[in-house]
Amino acid sequence: MSLILTPNIPDTDGLYQELVEAHDGLSAEESEAFNARLILTLANHIGDRDVLRQAIEVVRKSSGGNVQN
Amino acid sequence: MIEDRYSTASTLYPYCRVSDQDAEPRRHPVVIVGAGPVGLALALDLGQRGTPTLVLDDHEGPGAGSKAICFAKRTLDIAHRLGAAKKMVEKGVVWNVGRVFYGGEQLFEFNLLPESGHRHPAFINLQQPYFEQYLIECIRVEQSKGTPIEIRGRNQVTALTDKGDFVALEVDTPEGTYKIEAEFVVACDGARSPTRDMMGLSFDGRVFEDNFLIADVRMEAELPTERWFWFHPTFAPNVQSTLLHKQPDDIWRIDFQLGWDIDRDKELDPSRICSRVDALLSSQTGDVPDYELHWTSIYTFQCRRMQEFRKGRIFFAGDSAHQVSPFGARGANSGVQDAENLAWKLDLVLKGLAPSALLDSYSSERTFGADENILNSSRATDFMTPKSKAATIFRDAALDLARDHAFARTIINSGRLSVPCVYDGHAHFVQDALTNGPEVTRPGAPCPDAPVEGGFLLDNLKGNFTVLAIGFDCSKLKLIDGVAVDVLCIHKPSEYLQERYLGGGKSAVYLIRPDQHVVGRWPEFSEDKIRAALLTALGKEPI
Repeated sequence: MSLILTPNIPDTDGLYQELVEAHDGLSAEESEAFNARLILTLANHIGDRDVLRQAIEVVRKSSGGNVQN
Repeated sequence: MIEDRYSTASTLYPYCRVSDQDAEPRRHPVVIVGAGPVGLALALDLGQRGTPTLVLDDHEGPGAGSKAICFAKRTLDIAHRLGAAKKMVEKGVVWNVGRVFYGGEQLFEFNLLPESGHRHPAFINLQQPYFEQYLIECIRVEQSKGTPIEIRGRNQVTALTDKGDFVALEVDTPEGTYKIEAEFVVACDGARSPTRDMMGLSFDGRVFEDNFLIADVRMEAELPTERWFWFHPTFAPNVQSTLLHKQPDDIWRIDFQLGWDIDRDKELDPSRICSRVDALLSSQTGDVPDYELHWTSIYTFQCRRMQEFRKGRIFFAGDSAHQVSPFGARGANSGVQDAENLAWKLDLVLKGLAPSALLDSYSSERTFGADENILNSSRATDFMTPKSKAATIFRDAALDLARDHAFARTIINSGRLSVPCVYDGHAHFVQDALTNGPEVTRPGAPCPDAPVEGGFLLDNLKGNFTVLAIGFDCSKLKLIDGVAVDVLCIHKPSEYLQERYLGGGKSAVYLIRPDQHVVGRWPEFSEDKIRAALLTALGKEPI
């Protein structure tokens, strides 16, 4: 199976809001820990090593393009 | 004069003058350097095959102190074939339950309930000196029957030269030096291998920046026979992890992970160690039971291996060839597998029944095994000693999730159980011809045990090539190209044997190597196919 990179979430705006709000009140450290737990939980749900490998690769390549202030 | 490199637990092979010391250099078929678990297993295996074997050790008994303590099923299966397993299992501590704690709280427990239908448990805890002692006792029994094994204590190899068709060795003793020759030399002389150093061979790898304090304590505690492992224990601030594990003789192994920047002398102060042990014990039992420190040391880990385990006529086996961190018990266990891989090959080559090129497969197969062990043990160590902030975050995330969710428990890695490797795709195995055959018995795999009439399958794999025919009669093979072949016909396979060797089918034929790895398997008996596979296994071109 290929990693899905086209829109795939029925309610993108809702999910985005939920993700951001989940971090409300968390310190930077707590946020990092939260994200790590979320990644591990999602990775287990996906369960497909190929898909996960592709995702890591896609994210690795997408970094470095940050807008510098 | 031979210096002590370490103290010994007992004297099992005292120095004794031999005729070689007063003669022109005598030629020995195999000289093994080092009478540790690997050297002794190899000597026993070779001797039982009838190949005269000389073991030289610069001490007179097993090294004292804390060394290997976990011996896995495959090792016990090998020891069983050699006749030494019974005492090991009787003396050893069998455990099944492990608990993982995070801070003061238990995250989860696991039960390694032994898989049914095997003679041996998944592993036992047994101090290495006992393991060596039982092998020596076996060798003494063999010697009394005339088996050609000789052990010379206080015999230190001080020089060796590969002369092309033999190896010349110089040996030092309390009564001076003498010279011998060997067709083949096997260096089983440990991680600091003097043989490897003398030959100037490299031993590269990775050092883990962490110190572990071992405290083996003797106590009659009311604690269960379980493996307890703490991440961030509350009883030991600034300690990353702690392990508590039982050994025979009321000895408990305690490991404290201290980190990289420590004052070794201060940490080894017995009063400081006792305060750590007191804190651990009182947190569990409410008070501090009487105990004594039996052995303490601080060690660091390295994972490394030699490029090749064969250099001409000289071989390296066990820690001299590869070194791993202890999590997962892959040191001594893999070394004993090295010994079983090499023994039958040396024997057949020395008897002229296999080409010497077969010996190259020792290096290709066991470097492959070493890489697998190094990978597993590095991963365990990386989990326990996170190398970056991100690694620490993920590690702690897994620990947090493991409390409530089964999936995260599988991520927690304080050492994966040592299992033998499968030689997938290696040269001396043939393509799998048993459609839908079980994965566990594919070509390259070590044979799993299973009950058969009157005992267990592995009891019947006695060190020759064996044809295992399940579900039908087969013709009586005896010799192929001079190589002895045993035939084992099983008409009514047990449920376990069916599951592990037949899968859905009704019948199968396996060709099994002397080290109990599967060469090939077929749905029907064909002498031609078995013969061709055997020639492949021996490194001869199939005719």
